Amino acid sequence: MHSVSVKNLSLNFGAVSVLKTMNLDVEEGEFVVLLGPSGCGKSTLLNCLAGLLDISAGEIWIKGKNVTWAEPSERGIGMVFQSYALYPQMTVRGNLTFGLTIAGLPKDEIEKRVARAAEILQIGPLLDRKPGALSGGQRQRVAIGRALVRDVDVFLFDEPLSNLDAKLRSELRVEIKRLHNQLGNTMVYVTHDQIEALTLADRIAVMKGGVIQQLADPHTIYNKPTNLFVAGFIGSPTMNFLHGKAIDGGTAFQFGDHRIDLSGYDGGAVGNREAAVLGLRPEHITVHATAPAGPSLPAEVEIDENLGADSLLWLKLDGQSVCVRVPVEGRLPSGTKVHLGLDIAKASLFDAASEQRI
Amino acid sequence: MTAMSSASTVTPNGAKPKPMFAPGRVLIYTLLIVTSIYYLIPLYVMVITSLKDLDQIREGNIFIPTMKPTFDAWIKAWSAACTGLNCTGLAPGFWNSVFITIPSVIVSIAVASISGYTLANWPFKFAEWCFTILLVGSFIPYQVFLYPLVIITREMGIYSTLYAVIFVHTVFGLPILTLLFRNYFASLPEELFKAARVDGAGYWRIFFNVLMPMSLPIFSVAVILQVTGIWNDFLFGVIYAGPTNYPMTVQLNNIVNSLQGVKEYNVEMAATILTGLVPLTIYFLSGKYFVRGIAAGAVKG
Repeated sequence: MHSVSVKNLSLNFGAVSVLKTMNLDVEEGEFVVLLGPSGCGKSTLLNCLAGLLDISAGEIWIKGKNVTWAEPSERGIGMVFQSYALYPQMTVRGNLTFGLTIAGLPKDEIEKRVARAAEILQIGPLLDRKPGALSGGQRQRVAIGRALVRDVDVFLFDEPLSNLDAKLRSELRVEIKRLHNQLGNTMVYVTHDQIEALTLADRIAVMKGGVIQQLADPHTIYNKPTNLFVAGFIGSPTMNFLHGKAIDGGTAFQFGDHRIDLSGYDGGAVGNREAAVLGLRPEHITVHATAPAGPSLPAEVEIDENLGADSLLWLKLDGQSVCVRVPVEGRLPSGTKVHLGLDIAKASLFDAASEQRI
Repeated sequence: MTAMSSASTVTPNGAKPKPMFAPGRVLIYTLLIVTSIYYLIPLYVMVITSLKDLDQIREGNIFIPTMKPTFDAWIKAWSAACTGLNCTGLAPGFWNSVFITIPSVIVSIAVASISGYTLANWPFKFAEWCFTILLVGSFIPYQVFLYPLVIITREMGIYSTLYAVIFVHTVFGLPILTLLFRNYFASLPEELFKAARVDGAGYWRIFFNVLMPMSLPIFSVAVILQVTGIWNDFLFGVIYAGPTNYPMTVQLNNIVNSLQGVKEYNVEMAATILTGLVPLTIYFLSGKYFVRGIAAGAVKG
């Protein structure tokens, strides 16, 4: 039994199709992140799961129950919003107990749940304060607490960390991960931040234009992106794309005047292709003074960006800009002529027309 | 040489402080004082005239305060001045106005706030249409409806009673108030509403427990608009109330415009001040909320 199951879900606003025949199964206790640029429909999908938006077609199942037309409160979900959405006139305790009182839970049960949530989230001392007297991080903890006391199967997070500053964001990110390990609930988490997605997710659903482009674990998403969009969206700096063609029955890639041997490529049958794109992440390229063994390309150093732990070299390669991640010791002055060693085993090859991975 | 001189020059930091009597400031204060006098003089004349007796008034100078102030005119205006045939003063009119204003204000605000909430947060199929109709409704001149409403209230059996005036005020208050409330509720964060729904709060609970406690400014605006509007109304009172139920404004008119006997300026002044006292008090007490609420309602929509 899937914890959350979306079957052929479509959503139209008038003539605009926001979500297109979407299917998504989330396993019990799984942490799934919906990732995509703004306007891709990720928050919309989450609102549909929560029952805050009526869908145009399809079904939503939660814990083996068809909840397509159930009220948000009857779906067994708790939701955390980007703007915290705490009731400003109620105390923290009031915020936590509001839903429980409506549900008609006995007083001692409510007390027990609030105490537990306060302990897990360390908000005990804040219980009698109003949200206005809390910091952003504290507010978001209370918002998570409000989902927690509901004692639900599925947590829905709608960009919960986007309103926080960078330091708090990374702290709370770890806490959410810890919370997931501790509670073991199913979590569906919307973000546009790929770091959050890569660190938190068991599986990531990369979305664009109301369609899930790829649904896989972070490792696969990063190393074997299914199409050009996913390849370009994940990773910072982005993957280097070399436009050329596959030749010699798919055993080599022609880039300008250069011939790159594809023999180590980890993918499907390449074959000859008129237009193909070879994608290489900055860390899968090495810099050498002389041409190394295996596939390589000559290039010229343009800019050296020192990031502290490592360094980003921006090079010119046949008029195209290429980025390479090198250890700090590998720093080179501008204008140095170098050779780039390509790790074809970790490269991704795409068909330029279909934009799909080969 | 130039470098030396520029280095030794102390350059002032920030704007030059303005002298006490800068031309701009003098102009502003002069303007403000003149305007204040312009608006305060009538009030001043009214107050001192109302405190004089008729002999003093006949002496002619309306700006000179009286040496022997008397409240006789005020008492007469309240309880003995003749409005048409009855010589009972403004008191009955005051109570009529109170009985008209209180229910009209409560009912119109209650209905408008709930309608505005529904339009903003629970969009139904024809919500946009309803909104447009309301928008148009709030711009149609009242005069168009006067006669149809006479017939409607007659058919309802309430014509020439206080209920007719209450009914008309409530109906006419709805479009603009609904717009006001809709825009205010639309400006509140949508996620709050969503969070309440996830918490299992329904239509009424979201309204009363979540949104209303956040809406004090807009409710005060609505109360001020309605109280002053309804209290100051003359037209509906004179048409729908019937002679025995005239509100204070209509009775004031009857006192001031009565053509028989001696013109009692002191009584008329006192009556006018008495009639204006309620809206004045409201403005003084809640001016702060009024401005804040108007601004809050204006943000979105």
